[in-house]
Amino acid sequence: MRHAHLVLSVNGEAVETAFAPYKTLLEVLREDLGLTGTKHGCELGECGACAVLVDGEPQLSCLLLALECEGRAIETIEGMSRGAELHPLQASFADLGAAQCGYCTPGILLTAKALLAREPAPTVERIQEAISGNLCRCTGYQQIVEAIVEGARRMNDESHR
Amino acid sequence: MRVIGKPRRRVDGRAKVTGQTRFADDIALPRMLHMKLLRSPHAHALIESIDLARAQAHPGVHLVLSGKDFPVTFGILPVTQDEYPLAPRHVRYVGDPLAAVVARDEQIATAALDLIEVRYQPLEPIASAEEALAKPEPRIHAYGEQGNIHRLQAFRFGEADAAIAASDHVFEDLFFYEGNTHLPIEQHACVAAIDPDGKLALWSSTQVPHYVHRALARVLQLPASRIRVIATPNGGGFGGKTDICNHELVAAKAALVLGRPVKICLNREEVFYMHRGRHPVLMKFRTGVTKDGKLTGMHLQTLVDGGGYGSYGVASTFYTGALQTVTYELPRYQFEAARVFTNKPPCGPKRGHGTPQPRFGQEIQLDKIAERLSKDPAQLRLGMLAKPNSITANWLRIGTIGLEQCIRTVVERSDWVNRYRKLPYGRGLGLACGAYLCGAGLPIYWNKMPQSGVQLLLDRSGQVTLFCGATEIGQGSDDILAAIVAEVLGIDPLEVRCMTGDTGMTPVDLGSYSSRVTLMAGNAAIQAAEKLKAMLAEAAAEELEVAPARLQFANGRVSFESRSLTFAEAVVLAEAKFGTLGAVGSYTPPRGPGKFKGAGVGPSPAYSYTACVVETEVDPHTGWIHVPKIWIAHDIGRAINPVLARGQVEGSVYMGLSEALMEEQVFRRLPPKLSRALVHKMPSLLEYKSITSLEMPQMDTVLIEDPDPNGPFGAKEVGQGPLLPVPPALANAIYDAVGVRIDEIPITPDKVLRALERKAKGETPRVGPERFPQVPYPRALIVPPPWEGGDGNEVKHHDAPAVV
Repeated sequence: MRHAHLVLSVNGEAVETAFAPYKTLLEVLREDLGLTGTKHGCELGECGACAVLVDGEPQLSCLLLALECEGRAIETIEGMSRGAELHPLQASFADLGAAQCGYCTPGILLTAKALLAREPAPTVERIQEAISGNLCRCTGYQQIVEAIVEGARRMNDESHR
Repeated sequence: MRVIGKPRRRVDGRAKVTGQTRFADDIALPRMLHMKLLRSPHAHALIESIDLARAQAHPGVHLVLSGKDFPVTFGILPVTQDEYPLAPRHVRYVGDPLAAVVARDEQIATAALDLIEVRYQPLEPIASAEEALAKPEPRIHAYGEQGNIHRLQAFRFGEADAAIAASDHVFEDLFFYEGNTHLPIEQHACVAAIDPDGKLALWSSTQVPHYVHRALARVLQLPASRIRVIATPNGGGFGGKTDICNHELVAAKAALVLGRPVKICLNREEVFYMHRGRHPVLMKFRTGVTKDGKLTGMHLQTLVDGGGYGSYGVASTFYTGALQTVTYELPRYQFEAARVFTNKPPCGPKRGHGTPQPRFGQEIQLDKIAERLSKDPAQLRLGMLAKPNSITANWLRIGTIGLEQCIRTVVERSDWVNRYRKLPYGRGLGLACGAYLCGAGLPIYWNKMPQSGVQLLLDRSGQVTLFCGATEIGQGSDDILAAIVAEVLGIDPLEVRCMTGDTGMTPVDLGSYSSRVTLMAGNAAIQAAEKLKAMLAEAAAEELEVAPARLQFANGRVSFESRSLTFAEAVVLAEAKFGTLGAVGSYTPPRGPGKFKGAGVGPSPAYSYTACVVETEVDPHTGWIHVPKIWIAHDIGRAINPVLARGQVEGSVYMGLSEALMEEQVFRRLPPKLSRALVHKMPSLLEYKSITSLEMPQMDTVLIEDPDPNGPFGAKEVGQGPLLPVPPALANAIYDAVGVRIDEIPITPDKVLRALERKAKGETPRVGPERFPQVPYPRALIVPPPWEGGDGNEVKHHDAPAVV
């Protein structure tokens, strides 16, 4: 099968890619671009581990063809920190025990980031709703929700500085 | 203490939130090939012939392996070496692997699987434990007790039946706990390769690199010194990665044959069939109680559905009876167990390993006892608590017990006294307790060596490197080891570099299972760090002109009053004085007091305790169960890092509640033309229901700290124990809410409705098992408890046969 050649925008950079056209965005990110921070738990759109942001919205990269993503802004966990400095959500996740094994963490962090872009100070219920498509087997979710609340607080503090 | 007990960001926290933690499937090596396994579509069959030729000829295929390439069996327990990496002749569950294709990519490997031609002779599949008892033929394994009974166990610690019969009240109850699975979000994966020095390396998502190392040496018939197993950080374990996996052995063989790296990552359906999870257990509790609420004796019988292979099953079966004695005073105890083979994926250890099932029965039965005796369930338990520093009827030595404080804490915080039995119809509270091991007292294979070893290296830069075989599965083992070393040496935990879970580099630790790492590896780390501290102190003392014992190690300095050195300066002085600086520490648990055959399962250096109150709202029209809040108090001895400790408690609550409400590893029969194969009803994350953030109740978590002398800085386990009380507390809460007993797991709306219908008709308001089958339990091994003059040995002469 002929490879598709196209330019993807990943974490703000234009990346030239060549891949089999049936490949999902998940596969292209992990296998062709070496961005293994995006995880997979089912490849069927059931667990949320592979969530990335496409044009700012959380999308399951296992259900998207990479071909569909030309011209769209893709953001993965590798693009979340600001240089060497953690994004406030990453810092609050690390500080408050929101990442145990860390496998569902990239998907949840990006989902939370998208939520906070829309709603800078969401209620606990809104947070629970936003991450309800991301399965976590380790935490029981409470420390994740607390970390998102704390991350939102830190981001609001930053923007009022 | 400056580090221990302080909430901290874990040392590997940054890697986890940046996606830089490298899991097994994140590894890609040059020239790497991909492997897929051909799995049996039959639940039970003999392989008549297998033709690999077409698959071998398929373009892009590099290697096809089958059972004839693997003459040697394996198994996690020395007594059950009953699996082949690829089944040569007999397949025992749908999913049992029998061939493997290694190809340029996964698609080609998958396509080539279809080209392997296998002729099967289907055998009748055995679907349930009762069926296994009733049908000795066809035998699933040629070994075992008889027919399809894998293992029978029977012990009598005092005349339990006589004591029960003479009691004021006798309770006999049946319970059933359905099987469920670990469901780690990371699917099992491994990469095998030949190192530049010609040795085999295997990176794998395993909790037990040491056991995988041993199994590889056995199966591949290679010297263990030529094999290196590296446990990659696990994306969740929960016991699901504690067995030796077929794919690990086959990938290693393929890499040896081809001289190229070989990777396999299981898909989600394969993870469900790989299983090794919670055993379905049917239980019968017969318990005697005095009118003022003291236990007189207990006779517990269990019937354990093992699935197609041994796995950890012999140990799991012992655990269905081992820990009934450590929570409440029980003067006499009889325990009989049977594990049977069935044609389903093998069961093994899942969080709590064999103990959540009987804990479920025991704690519901106590609720029934409290009601009959008109006692408050919390008060009943407080009146019968086991004593600290005592030996139980089955010869387990208990150290500290924080259970009283746990119960009082959840009772107070849930406003139990004002709300239990007083909430409006449809709402209720339930209480239950539990206890768990801090590591098994004995290793899986008999040896006199330590269960855990730690090596520390210091160099003149002030760098501290820790080597330990312990495996990071998300629980925070690296963090706990770094914290312990940092506390002893007076430095920041982030200054300690942890190199763990690598059999080619690290001293042996048996693995991340049975809640053993904090206690065992932690004690080994203290020992190693204290040795280095003594050397640093001696060197620094000369420089500072003070006695070594008077030096303080804190905040990155070694000091006496106003005189001080930086930690790195002290290291330089010590390296000059002693040469290159390193130290090792190791830990071997104390021997348990029991000496009878079978006393090896149950002893632990310490036991953790937990109490839990669940609040529930039950809709009597739909049976829908809502859980708004759970209060839990866990006796952890000492929390090394309270952030992680709380995470372990809450993760346990989540997992316990999820299996109590919805999780089921259950199978259905296909029609006869498909050999009546037993297939998983819902092998996907969508249909295998688990709790999401929407259903998860608010948790009120309290850590009770009563330091145990056997734990590092007093620490006990926290990863498994807090799961145990959750399912029975939920069942008890449902009874308080709507007055029906659901004596089986999972507790689903249809069962609640059925019980409510029975209640409305004036029948017994209960759903649960109705009968316990005839099990040919053997005559019990008679072991007098300590207070009946026993010495921990069995009595040589058996008396009357045990009641069947």
